[in-house]
Amino acid sequence: MTQTDFSQAIFDPARPVPDRLTDAADRPAGKRFSVYRNNVTVSLKEALETGFPATARLLGEANFDAVAKGYLRAHPPQSPLMMLFGDGFAEYIAAIPALKSLGYLPDVARVEYAMRQSYHAADAAPLDPAKLAGLTPEALNRARLSFAPAVRLVLSDWPVHAIRQKALEPNAPNPPGSAQPVLITRPQYDPDLQPLSPDQAALIAALMSGMPLSRAMTEVPKADLGAVLTLLLAQSALTDIDVEDPK
Amino acid sequence: MFDQANTLPAAPGVGYKPQHYSDILNDAGPVRWLEIHAENYMGDGGRPIAQLRFLADRFPISVHGVGLSIGGEGPLDPSHLARLKYLCDWLDPASFSEHLAWSTHDSAFLNDLLPLPYTAATLARVCDHIDQVQELLGRRMLLENPSSYLAFAESTYDEPEFLAEVSKRTGCGLLLDVNNIFVSATNLNYDPRAYVDAFALDQVGEIHLGGHDEDEDDHGAPLLIDSHGSEVADLVWTLLDYVLDRSGPRPTLIEWDTDVPDWATLAGEATRAETALEKVPA
Repeated sequence: MTQTDFSQAIFDPARPVPDRLTDAADRPAGKRFSVYRNNVTVSLKEALETGFPATARLLGEANFDAVAKGYLRAHPPQSPLMMLFGDGFAEYIAAIPALKSLGYLPDVARVEYAMRQSYHAADAAPLDPAKLAGLTPEALNRARLSFAPAVRLVLSDWPVHAIRQKALEPNAPNPPGSAQPVLITRPQYDPDLQPLSPDQAALIAALMSGMPLSRAMTEVPKADLGAVLTLLLAQSALTDIDVEDPK
Repeated sequence: MFDQANTLPAAPGVGYKPQHYSDILNDAGPVRWLEIHAENYMGDGGRPIAQLRFLADRFPISVHGVGLSIGGEGPLDPSHLARLKYLCDWLDPASFSEHLAWSTHDSAFLNDLLPLPYTAATLARVCDHIDQVQELLGRRMLLENPSSYLAFAESTYDEPEFLAEVSKRTGCGLLLDVNNIFVSATNLNYDPRAYVDAFALDQVGEIHLGGHDEDEDDHGAPLLIDSHGSEVADLVWTLLDYVLDRSGPRPTLIEWDTDVPDWATLAGEATRAETALEKVPA
């Protein structure tokens, strides 16, 4: 018996218990093997439940159990760092035909995974607002922003911020009818979620891609740059501002 | 052999849970050192690393790996080894330990400590992997005895003999989990005291205690599950006394990983360990 046989039987309950595993009286291990099967399945399912609490609520217990088990068998963790487990859970959900009616669900999962990555991201000193305030309008136009490693932007056509909130707190307001992308920042140690308008999200995406401010404004003329900069500063989302032309 | 020896005090420690952070800083009670799971502190930053830095200035820290897959048939994961080295280099822990088990196969991580047959081939492979870890970290590691739910027909060593041989060949120390002895001895129908008698107690750098659950196998025989979700069983405390009478005091850890209790309950378990440690002459 190899570890290949053992791990295949762990992930596929339809497979028989591998040979030559016994109890103390040399009888086949039977249920004793199920302890390992159960430990692996339950611990991975619980890791998903901890990492995707709103997704789990929206699916309900029985559906989440089936989806989570399907995912962990098809895509077992590829790293011993459980903080990374679930990368791809959103795409897995999106590909399940029976869940097509819950079109927002993959985006809720994306927000939850992004929050976890934000939580574990590197620390960084925030930009001193005086550095921004001291720039001439001309310098500001060609400035590029550096974002903190903990910042994540989740684009969505759904009111994903409110849907997530409502899933976790039933008394939260009902989701609006409009799209609500999410900005995730980490002012100190806890990820903080800000709902955005699609224009604000598009502007932040342009700035995160390294575009100078003037070009980002040209790309997304409807967004209010001042309001977005105020939000980014207040959330400690920026680490630096660079007015030099890239070499 | 390696400069970095185990420097944990022969006193009670607990497995660190973030929900106890303030309690520990306020009044750690009998707890003199803390153990962390290495993999939970391999992120880039944020609260886990900040808390660990703060605690490490106040308590000796034991780094306990749960993801290295020392017994894996394949090679050790080089990126995981690099992360472990980074952690041990900046933290400079009082001890590093891992398990006699495997958890990764063909890049899939199974998130459990899976069992090994005790054969010459397993022995050679485990020793190679431990040599590699100790060389890389520049420190002596401890290897923990597993809890077993089944046996391998192909095994040719018993477990204490196997662990003693690993220690002899690699120079690694051993971590003796007393609950695991009790669980395995019940599940595989042997005398836990005979296991202790056969164990290389002079190599033990740390002791673990934890709770277990009770179930039954297909034939109605008791099947204990190492769950770390409750108080340490009375019979395990009795077995601890038997160990300490023979080993002398050792750093002794309470592990409570699921259904984590409030700090007072966990500190109460540590007090019980302190009482057991104080009964034996140093």
